[in-house]
Amino acid sequence: MSMPAQLLFHNVTLGYDRHPAVHHLSGEVGSGALLAVIGPNGAGKSTLLRGIAGILKPLSGAIGLCGLDHRDIAYLPQIAEIDRSFPISVFDFVSTGLWGTIGILGGLGRAARDKIAEAIAAVGLNGFENRPIGTLSGGQMQRLLFARVLLQDARLIVLDEPLNAKTSKDLMVLISRWHDEGRTVLVALHDLDMVRANFPETLLLARGPVAWGSTKEVLTPENLLVAMRMCEAFDDDAAACADDISPRAA
Amino acid sequence: MLHDALIAPFTDFAFMRRALAAVIALALGGGPIGVFLMLRRMSLVGDAMAHAILPGAAIGFLLSGLNLLAMTAGGLIAGFAVALLAGLVSRGTGLKEDASLATFYLTSLALGVTIVSVKGTNVDLLHVLFGNILALDDQTLLLVAINATITLLVLAVIYRPLVVESVDPLFLRTVSRAGAPAHLAFLALIVVNLVSGFQALGTLLAVGLMILPASIARFWSRDITPMICIAVPTAVLSGYAGLVLSFQTRIPSGPAIILVAAALYGFSVLFGSVGGLVRQLFPARHLEA
Repeated sequence: MSMPAQLLFHNVTLGYDRHPAVHHLSGEVGSGALLAVIGPNGAGKSTLLRGIAGILKPLSGAIGLCGLDHRDIAYLPQIAEIDRSFPISVFDFVSTGLWGTIGILGGLGRAARDKIAEAIAAVGLNGFENRPIGTLSGGQMQRLLFARVLLQDARLIVLDEPLNAKTSKDLMVLISRWHDEGRTVLVALHDLDMVRANFPETLLLARGPVAWGSTKEVLTPENLLVAMRMCEAFDDDAAACADDISPRAA
Repeated sequence: MLHDALIAPFTDFAFMRRALAAVIALALGGGPIGVFLMLRRMSLVGDAMAHAILPGAAIGFLLSGLNLLAMTAGGLIAGFAVALLAGLVSRGTGLKEDASLATFYLTSLALGVTIVSVKGTNVDLLHVLFGNILALDDQTLLLVAINATITLLVLAVIYRPLVVESVDPLFLRTVSRAGAPAHLAFLALIVVNLVSGFQALGTLLAVGLMILPASIARFWSRDITPMICIAVPTAVLSGYAGLVLSFQTRIPSGPAIILVAAALYGFSVLFGSVGGLVRQLFPARHLEA
């Protein structure tokens, strides 16, 4: 890989209540990479993406952003994280993608409104501007989140399970476009066929990294089997990790 | 005739004008706060907080009699203390926040009633429990107005983070650190408005002019901005009609105001354009597209 690094993982452990969900991950993501993050349920995919987005602080180790500010990261959460019963319109929801420029108090000018309308049209939701988000279907909701990422115009894009079977095709086109524009894109997903067809690079995660490299070399039956086996439940009686040099681990 | 019933009470009596002004101020501040309480599923938290301010107000009463300023200061302190303690206990021990809050507010309520009963008369106790909007002095009126002004100004600043934190908290944390401060400011605004409501409606009904108009607005709009625009006039209308009702029938003013709001709520449940029962029973014919 000749690309300069965009993301550096220095022996990163991320987790909840001291239990690691991502254990001792090291490595780098090149600038402009298109990386699929796969693994069984509970493998730590979402946790890793949250760590990159700055929502979760590492229990130990560090994530280097190589000069990027947290504002240069666009994060797309899983739909389940969003309160879809909240009475907000599609337009207003997407407009929060401009947070980086308008902040807490800034108003939406003419140009900003045009941009928002463009983003909504780009994901095929034009005509839905005034609809409350609660009336959207799951697939439309997914498009809504893509529209907001479009507006964020970020160097690093982190998408947590953004693709389901029905919407995947044209949303994949958007992801490829971001890749062509030289942005670094990380996507957590389940569909291995989709990974093979579209992602040059893959990280197979199962608490710890199982394999990381070109998709063809990572997606072998052996690796997938190892990943399935490595994902055990949290052990409440587990001892503090010996590799951990942090003084807080008793 | 109509003039006598609806307008004369306010032209003839200064205390009625004062009460009306107070109700309008309460509506302006409490309406938007109530909408956020409802949308953040905190309606009962608001109610709990309303009881929590009682011992503070009672101690203020103990120290300086029916001095509203002292009671307000005490209420503010008690409200913040309970909110903080409940949060600390639930965070430190794993007890769920609602259970820990319930424990604290019940204790507060018991403590407050005890303090007032020991020192004061039954009239004082009634005043504390149900307020007395007809007996507001200038100082208190000013306080209620200042609280409403502060509420609207602060809300204007924290509005955007508050909305985004309610819809998509993870996203907000990636773009801004304003989430936690906005939530704290919101909690402070709840207490400030409860203290206002406490003077007018008493500790048991203080949260009424926030929650009922918000619930009513939910039946008439699907978007938060119009929802707030409906909640505020609804609260004003409830206050005005409640005062008239109370003046004409001698029903105590606080309960009269809440009962009017409850009647509007009943009407909205039946006939509201968003999810009202009648709409559901007799749906309009479906559209072509």
